[in-house]
Amino acid sequence: MTAEPDDSIAVVATVRDVRDLVRSRARSAVEVCRDALSRIAAVDPHLHAFNTVVADRALARAESIDRDPDRWRDAPLAGVPVALKDNLCTRDVRTTASSRMLESFVPPYDATVVSRLEAAGAVIVGKTNCDEFAMGSSNENSAFGPVHNPWALDRTPGGTSGGSATAVAARLTPVALGSDTGGSIRQPAAMCGVVGLKPTYGRVSRYGLIAHASSLDQIGPLGRTVHDVALTLGVLAGPDPADATSALEPVPDYTAALTGDVRGARIGVPRALVEQGVDAEVSRAVNLALDALKWRGATLVDVDLPHARYAIPVYYLVSTAEASSNLARYDGVRYGFRAGAGRGTANGTHGTAEAVPYEGAPYGAAPCDLKSMYAKTRARGFGPEVKRRIMLGTYVLSAGYYDAYYLKAQQVRTLILRDYEHAFTGTDPVDVIAMPTSPTAAFRIGERAADPLQMYLADVFTVSASLAGLPAISVPCGFTADRLPVGLQLTGRRFDEATLLRVADAYERDTGWSKQLPPILSR
Amino acid sequence: MSFEPVIGLEVHAQLLTASKIFCGCSAAFGGEPNTHVCPVCLGLPGALPVLNRAAVDYAIRAALALGCAVHRTSIFARKNYFYPDLPKGYQISQYELPIATAGVVELQSRGEPRRVGIRRVHLEEDAGKSLHEGFVDSDRKTYVDYNRSGVPLIEIVTEPDLRSAADAAEFFSRLRALLVWLGVNDGNMEEGSLRCDANVSVRPQGTTPLGTKAEVKNLNSFRFLQKALEHEIDRQIEVLGGGGRVVQETRLWDSAAGRTVSMRSKEEAHDYRYFPEPDLPPAIVDPEREQRIRAAMPELPEARRRRFVERYALPEYDAGQLTQTRGLAEYFEAVVAGGAPAKAASNWIMGELARALKERNTDITSSPLGPGRLAGLIALIEKGAISGSMAKDVFEKMFATDRAADAIVAAEGLAQIDDESQITGLIAEVIDRNTDAVAQYRGGKTSAFGFLVGQVMRAAAGKANPRRVNDLLKRALDT
Ligand SMILES: [Zn+2]
Repeated sequence: MTAEPDDSIAVVATVRDVRDLVRSRARSAVEVCRDALSRIAAVDPHLHAFNTVVADRALARAESIDRDPDRWRDAPLAGVPVALKDNLCTRDVRTTASSRMLESFVPPYDATVVSRLEAAGAVIVGKTNCDEFAMGSSNENSAFGPVHNPWALDRTPGGTSGGSATAVAARLTPVALGSDTGGSIRQPAAMCGVVGLKPTYGRVSRYGLIAHASSLDQIGPLGRTVHDVALTLGVLAGPDPADATSALEPVPDYTAALTGDVRGARIGVPRALVEQGVDAEVSRAVNLALDALKWRGATLVDVDLPHARYAIPVYYLVSTAEASSNLARYDGVRYGFRAGAGRGTANGTHGTAEAVPYEGAPYGAAPCDLKSMYAKTRARGFGPEVKRRIMLGTYVLSAGYYDAYYLKAQQVRTLILRDYEHAFTGTDPVDVIAMPTSPTAAFRIGERAADPLQMYLADVFTVSASLAGLPAISVPCGFTADRLPVGLQLTGRRFDEATLLRVADAYERDTGWSKQLPPILSR
Repeated sequence: MSFEPVIGLEVHAQLLTASKIFCGCSAAFGGEPNTHVCPVCLGLPGALPVLNRAAVDYAIRAALALGCAVHRTSIFARKNYFYPDLPKGYQISQYELPIATAGVVELQSRGEPRRVGIRRVHLEEDAGKSLHEGFVDSDRKTYVDYNRSGVPLIEIVTEPDLRSAADAAEFFSRLRALLVWLGVNDGNMEEGSLRCDANVSVRPQGTTPLGTKAEVKNLNSFRFLQKALEHEIDRQIEVLGGGGRVVQETRLWDSAAGRTVSMRSKEEAHDYRYFPEPDLPPAIVDPEREQRIRAAMPELPEARRRRFVERYALPEYDAGQLTQTRGLAEYFEAVVAGGAPAKAASNWIMGELARALKERNTDITSSPLGPGRLAGLIALIEKGAISGSMAKDVFEKMFATDRAADAIVAAEGLAQIDDESQITGLIAEVIDRNTDAVAQYRGGKTSAFGFLVGQVMRAAAGKANPRRVNDLLKRALDT
């Protein structure tokens, strides 16, 4: 297998290293960018982490940074190559959500996080593969083919931000953005041996994130170190007038919170929740991590999250309901894929001074034309998992079922949130709650594809923080006997990412997990 | 058996905000197709709505004028259905917790006072517009213009308190006048900025349970509203009278055929799958904000009508006419403020001015003749400087040229001869030249007086003050 020498910048360097090299002009942004692009060219054919690589655009951008060093002298991400999950809109760069439906969709605008990254000096190198419309847990639902886990190519990287986790794990870029609806940053981070943070709901603007489930979706960073994730979060976080659900809470200096000190930190462990269904090797790694934190001066406290066991059904009711509505816009009328009446796919975005044509008149001559265009477009444009969820969600919201499903699920969601609030503020309050990110390490491609329910259970430990809107991080905590990474998940108080990052960073300092290279690089 | 119709209306009114309800695009009518658009109102992937506060303020203003209770918290909801002019596949509307509920409008219809309950007022976004005609390939294709997509609307839903097509038309006309008065809607039904649907049922006279209703859509003028409802009421009575059953359905008014036709049955009705809009937090209206909006409200038509009767001693009819629109009422008060007596101002506004505006197809707010100018004209009449008939000529010239009345009068030598010695001189000449008529008058034939007045006016080339001529001639003849 082809690989670059291990001393290339991307292999050894963190976001902070790259940024410092570029700022001090020890390396140019163009050199850094070329290095990332050549690694992608060499390694990605084995991984398929990227849907789109924008080499020319990235190099042009890197050149412009090199031309104006004064401007970028204090930029937190000066010259840092970044990969974006392909559900984040990028102006003039194809954004597909890994769906046939948007295979040729080119947004006319940038997501807020993209503007913020670029304002901080980042260089976007490409768009990463993911499950179609961020629905799945293994990246196998991508319309463009699965992503291969860099630790074992026959295994999935997890999902849905599997391409982003893979890009970071394989050192293609030092940092990547993902989105997390029910674990889509944390679970692939765990399975690929990188750090992934889902911020508090509202911490990062969702403007320009192709919606899966609006009340759950959050964008967050994946990086090799907790420090890199903290640094990147500082760039992404903060209110956005374009997202009414973004929070006004001030953004602290997350890197300043990384003191390495966990003395006195109270770490809750929901023993009852993690007693069953967890792979023994995963359990062992997580327990050793907890021991390490205890040895450093943290206190372990038993907590009870009695309603967390309902999180999976609640999640699949709420998220499919919202998704069924969010995906209604993909109807073939304005942009994206259109099937039927002798036409192939329709490209284009918007903004022409002409009215938008579609075939068939609604009340008029042939109402079937429109309906069949809708039906064919959506039948061919969406993959099976997306269609399954649209049907589930449509059912959940239907007259006569709304109260029994959607409303009931929202009520249980409130109970799940109360469980967490009680743990964080009750009589025996904790600072963070620890559990495995995923009950198993990475599974084989195809292993669960035929059994959606089994696949849904992969999210059992991640969905409850999503439902509660709480921040949660996955940090590498060891390997199975097969040398597959295991992740420790820490969940924190609303808008208290700083504490999560501090505990995760302190743990990371005592361990060498993030320095391990996946076999695809070390071979 | 005689039947009683029961009617409730659902009125959609576009709000006159500068920008759309969830994005910064212009909400203005017209414009080249798809030029007032952005990722948000085109429903592009990843775009998110942000609530326009002005739209909420306008909705509150309307709700308060309709006597509604404004809710501290209201929730946006998605109404899901597929249609090409609906770019997101759902309309952002309000469902379980609208911005306001429980209002009432009082009106006179067919000489009877009527209270029409307002069930709810809610905010929502308009859809785009399907263009089925006007393109070379319109036989095969429909085009869509999204300029209207995201224009703010309020939907006003009445209780089923209307009892005839005439009641409904009267209510709708009053509602339109009120919304225009408030400045929240332009009342333009042709352009679709005000639209009306009706729920109609009939029941045997004297019974209380409601009959099965049909929803009648596409009632886009007062005439269509009344005709469609009359037709639908007759149709339902005929069905019931023939022993049949009214079917719950949506019917469309076909103005060409002059009847309602079935559009879809209850079974085919959409399941809109409403659920709370997760992209928008609840709209919060604190009491201070409501109070601010209430304080800034214009005086409402009914209050103004009463005030016109009380303060200006206007007849009820005049007060009613002058409060048809806020522009008219304000114009009237400005003319009075300019020194004109109220009744004279009312007569001129409802007479000459209304006629002239109508001829030029314009309305009071864009009248070329300002209220100050009209007050100046009335002042000249009042002090006898010009005659009533001259005044009409002067009015026409003022209307056409935007010059002041006294300037026109001076420039065109239209001023009345009011000077006593000048008129007395003319009278002396007329008496000298018309000895027969003078003799006849003095002999008791009073009709000769009119002839002599005419002669004096002729000698004055029509410019003498007629009242003055009258008095002075009488004095000259009677002495
Ligand atoms: Zn817009």
